[in-house]
Amino acid sequence: MNFNVNEKGYYGEFGGAYIPEMLYPNVEELRQNYLKITSEPDFKTEFDQLLKDYVGRPSPLYFAKRLSEKYNTKVYLKREDLNHTGAHKVNNTIGQILVAKKLGKKRIIAETGAGQHGVATATVCALMGMECIVYMGEIDIARQAPNVARMKMLGAEVRPALSGSKTLKDATNEAIRDWINNPVDTHYIIGSAIGPHPYPDMVTRFQSVISEEIKWQLKEKEGRENPDYVVACIGGGSNAAGTYYHFLHEPQVGIIAVEAAGKGVDSGHSAATSKLGKVGVIHGCKTLLMQTPDGQITEPYSISAGLDYPGVGPMHAHLAQTGRGEFFSVTDDDAMNAGLQLTKLEGIIPAIESAHAFAVLDQKKFKPTDIVVISLSGRGDKDLDNYIDYFKL
Amino acid sequence: MNRITQKLQEDKKILSIYFSAGYPNLNDTVQIIQDLEKNGVDLIEIGLPFSDPLADGPTIQASSTTALHNGMTTQILFDQLKNIRESVKIPLIIMGYFNPMLQYGVEAFCKKCAEIGIDGLIIPDLPVDVYADEYKAIFEKYGLINVFLITPQTSDERIRFIDSVSNGFIYMVSSASVTGSQSGFGNIQESYFERIGNMNLKNPQIVGFGISNKETFNQATKYAKGAIIGSAFIKHLSESGSQKIAAFVGDIR
Repeated sequence: MNFNVNEKGYYGEFGGAYIPEMLYPNVEELRQNYLKITSEPDFKTEFDQLLKDYVGRPSPLYFAKRLSEKYNTKVYLKREDLNHTGAHKVNNTIGQILVAKKLGKKRIIAETGAGQHGVATATVCALMGMECIVYMGEIDIARQAPNVARMKMLGAEVRPALSGSKTLKDATNEAIRDWINNPVDTHYIIGSAIGPHPYPDMVTRFQSVISEEIKWQLKEKEGRENPDYVVACIGGGSNAAGTYYHFLHEPQVGIIAVEAAGKGVDSGHSAATSKLGKVGVIHGCKTLLMQTPDGQITEPYSISAGLDYPGVGPMHAHLAQTGRGEFFSVTDDDAMNAGLQLTKLEGIIPAIESAHAFAVLDQKKFKPTDIVVISLSGRGDKDLDNYIDYFKL
Repeated sequence: MNRITQKLQEDKKILSIYFSAGYPNLNDTVQIIQDLEKNGVDLIEIGLPFSDPLADGPTIQASSTTALHNGMTTQILFDQLKNIRESVKIPLIIMGYFNPMLQYGVEAFCKKCAEIGIDGLIIPDLPVDVYADEYKAIFEKYGLINVFLITPQTSDERIRFIDSVSNGFIYMVSSASVTGSQSGFGNIQESYFERIGNMNLKNPQIVGFGISNKETFNQATKYAKGAIIGSAFIKHLSESGSQKIAAFVGDIR
């Protein structure tokens, strides 16, 4: 079975480009050019150079000794938290801004939830001297103040999304409307593996450096390229897509996806899309989507702004539907405790998004000989206020 | 013959009005339609509200949100329209985003439209390519006209393709924008209207986005068969309620 995108832009029944005609020229321009541009030698050279010298790649694959002892299995952490700007998001923004430059675009727009993608976008815009506008839900602006300040320092304009739930979904709506209003000079850097084709595939390819590195790093450490499991948290699913990419067609590698259950899958305050979603269309793609029986998109909930999204990337919807991916849902409480535990056992404060992935160690029993690679997609600095509130520190 | 096709054959410029069903009040839908017809409107686009209307500006976002808060659903809209053909003769189009139709079931949705006497659909986020591959047969089975959008950025080649798939009219978006964001047309729109007018398309064009008064209506219809007013009418409903429709339509022509 093929888990990559097909020539029409679908992963099984999911994906496609369900966009208003106003967006067609932009999306079509991208579709026709993204593979051509990204396979040119000078693009690859510049991309690789920036990942190495600017982002600090390769990110370490770290054997988490004390965590492994506690769970009696071999846990490796893929340290995306050590990237410049503090998360995996920058892998994609570097790639996309280089594409935007090749397409002759002058103005960059982006949406952001936790602010990590916004910061990563503002960063590469500063690097390239391009105008940057980031849409962010009003509620997220309040709960991620340090990232808002960072974006402003980097020269970006942060525009609040005031509609709907005032979170990531609505920021995405506003970014899409901006693109409709500015169809010629603007490139929209989508931060997750969502949106109309070719975005999910393009973002996945830029993030696939994560699994590319895991392969050779694990070979060095363990003498084999393939772990038994790769684990990642999923909101839209960009770090997960990159973590899985080179293992999708290695059937011996188990793929584990961890969604935010919020206050519980059935609590009415959740973002566990694979459990609660039905097939629908959001932000230009057909995927699993949390919605009312009437097809209105519902407001998700998670303590982590980065997982607070009512849909999931089409690649992941396909992994869920086919059973290739094993999906877990983790509550706010379990994620927070897993984050604190990682801090105490390994001296690493994870982003709350990433902390969700670690909670799976309490839900699934791994064998002592299993090699489990967990994507530590971001660092927890931005979440300190949340940790302080939660644990009354 | 489909009522839209018939209307387009009349020797006049078409005035089409869009409004969000269930706005300002849940049960205003039928009255608004009747009043619009009574005041000489040629065609009505009934907006099926959606939580995330990507192509719409603040005015229609707000009216959609209010309609949803008022309790509007696909089924309630169909119930409201059940007997509409007893009183209304002009063509009626449902305009909405794809997801609510997908959840209702595309075929069930089309069947219901046909039963009620809806003549066509406008679904901005259902691309013409997907429609042609997957849904055209269903629409045709129920005699529904599907209307596609073109914009100033749409290539001639794609306009020809859209023209070939269309069987009613082409919805000509006046400028690169979401709804309700333009005020008045400049030289760019004028030359775009003229360019499309000279393409000799098989389907007539009706211009939408940015039409708010007599002046913009006349500019838009200089080359096109008609024009659609949405946001400006919704603003009028917000300010004057659903009682003063005659005044609004009277000001346009």
